[in-house]
Amino acid sequence: MNNFKILLNGIIKENPTLVLMLGMCPTLATTSNAINGMSMGIATMFVLVMSNFIISLIKNLVPDMVRIPCYIVVIATLVTILQMLMQAYVPDIYNTLGLFIPLIVVNCIILGRAEAFAAKNNPIASIFDGVGIGLGFTLALTLIGAIREFLGTGHLFGIKLQGEDYGMLMFVLAPGAFLTLGYVIAIVNKLKKEE
Amino acid sequence: MGYLLIFITAIFVNNVILSQFLGICPFLGVSKKVNTAAGMGAAVTFVLTLATIVTYVIQVYLLIPYGLEYLQTIAFILVIAALVQMVEIILKKVSPPLYQALGVFLPLITTNCCILGVAIQVASNQYNSQGLEFGLLPGIMYAVSTALGFALAMIIFAGLREQLQFSKVPKAMQGMPIALITASLLAMAFMGFSGIDAGLRL
Repeated sequence: MNNFKILLNGIIKENPTLVLMLGMCPTLATTSNAINGMSMGIATMFVLVMSNFIISLIKNLVPDMVRIPCYIVVIATLVTILQMLMQAYVPDIYNTLGLFIPLIVVNCIILGRAEAFAAKNNPIASIFDGVGIGLGFTLALTLIGAIREFLGTGHLFGIKLQGEDYGMLMFVLAPGAFLTLGYVIAIVNKLKKEE
Repeated sequence: MGYLLIFITAIFVNNVILSQFLGICPFLGVSKKVNTAAGMGAAVTFVLTLATIVTYVIQVYLLIPYGLEYLQTIAFILVIAALVQMVEIILKKVSPPLYQALGVFLPLITTNCCILGVAIQVASNQYNSQGLEFGLLPGIMYAVSTALGFALAMIIFAGLREQLQFSKVPKAMQGMPIALITASLLAMAFMGFSGIDAGLRL
């Protein structure tokens, strides 16, 4: 029951993108369509779950003074593994997301959760926290990607929903990313106040 | 001509923040005042140039000859973290006024994704989309221009946010949402520059 609460906490109450506003670079850069957003979310979730697990296992072995460099090495190793796996099995997605896969290393969500949760809790709870926060991130990215894809091209997950001549190209380009995220956060704020 | 093209493209056409989305955290985080934004811009210019030189040398003379390209991510992030620490120590000793001015921002820079991002782009030739041959000097030029583009976007955005404080914003839009929408308008303005690089290429 407790672990279930940790899971929900990551998805709703401490949603990394829409509430804590961490990891903005991949959120804006990889959400030009829903599938890209979802792939980025899942890739980040993989690193987050593994790093939370490993860091909570080694938390008592690492001296306090050098803990941040140690955490970064763990995260960078996991990202390298992820890069190799993606290059081998999903090269198309790897090429689309490009630079933002190695940049998962400097995603503040991952180091933030390592510091705030994994360094203080047991491995099982840390895994649940990783899954929760990762799912929250994936859902937010998929939502923003879906909105931008639908408004920008009339597609949704690659399926055509609008007529042939439809398209507000701006939403697929850079300004649309800022605009969509701004309005989604505004709506979330509004809902939070009404509660 | 090649250098001018890199310069113009990196600052205006492919602005690191507004079109490549690197370094969004400091862009949104420390842009409430023009002074702090300029300080951050200066610190990033300094570290980004140094980091690009060091990582490029490591890539070409260490990782590639020994076939260790897969260690790129780990090697680069450690080098950047160590470099930022070193710059901090040296500045403290050599130029206390500059250290005072940049002080707060230096440690923040390690996790700024535009440093690692540009280092990877330069080391793996990714910015060749402009069709340019790539070496150490163009790489440094690219790093400096990118950092100037970062500083420019930061300072303009901070100016806009200073003005924004005097306007009445709906409650739900206050803070981050209105800042993001402002950034969207700024990005739209920067889109007006797209195409000027084509004229230079002739």
